[in-house]
Amino acid sequence: MVYLTRKMEFSASHLYHNPAFSAEENRRVFGKCNNPHGHGHNYVLEVTVAGEPDPATGMVLDLKELKEIMQREVSDRMDHRFLNYEVPELAGQIPTCENIAAVIWRLLEPKITRGHLNRVRLYETPDLFVDCYGEGNGAHANGGAR
Amino acid sequence: MKLQLARRYRFSASHRLHSEQFGEEENQRLYGKCNNPYGHGHNYVVEVAVSGPVDPATGMIANLADLDAFVDREVIEPFDHKYLNEELAEFQKCVPTTENICIEIFNRLRRFPRARLERVRVEETGLNSFEYQGESTGAAHD
Repeated sequence: MVYLTRKMEFSASHLYHNPAFSAEENRRVFGKCNNPHGHGHNYVLEVTVAGEPDPATGMVLDLKELKEIMQREVSDRMDHRFLNYEVPELAGQIPTCENIAAVIWRLLEPKITRGHLNRVRLYETPDLFVDCYGEGNGAHANGGAR
Repeated sequence: MKLQLARRYRFSASHRLHSEQFGEEENQRLYGKCNNPYGHGHNYVVEVAVSGPVDPATGMIANLADLDAFVDREVIEPFDHKYLNEELAEFQKCVPTTENICIEIFNRLRRFPRARLERVRVEETGLNSFEYQGESTGAAHD
């Protein structure tokens, strides 16, 4: 098994606010992430696909194809957007790194037709990231992807 | 789908690699300049990963403010700007290699009450790092 990873960056804004909480509760739980006009990040996305290289091409999945899938499914939806208001897949959810990573996993997983999606890693900042794995994968199944 | 939240922290500390089980010459041969008598320091980076269900009310596995406060109290406060050999009881019993630092940090953080600790990775410099996932989940795949 070979693990192939492609990286991409997108920039977006968000805010954390739960309408079921009072203003004080929102402030207490979410801190400055609750500021009403939102704030932004340069997100870095790493997508890892696992599979056996095709003997004819030597590739698990053509990097160009993976790049196009990531562009279409993630960047076209999220880049330079306000995630709370402009990404329907996140409607009704707090757009935390956890929830964005899970949405990205669901968007990409059915589109990867060669090999299989092994891991979605989403950096919100260089010091904060979320790893998303499929049900079949243990937490440590990222093999050579690190 | 399984999610892990990871966060990077930093501390700076000094240490000396020296084992009581060896003589001076053997220590010098084994540890080289890491055995120099007065110790030396590094800027350590600690990467902490936790897992658990995402709370639908907050969208979070764990509130970062809680995780930051816990790591600060258990690791950063006791380790930062210290001479590890002398100022941490644990390293009077074992050599403060980054392997042992990594295990010690894992053991301190496994008590985090709000999520399950998955792994601790410690970078001693930008060129080397060590990772520990606890005894039970050690070498799952790979």
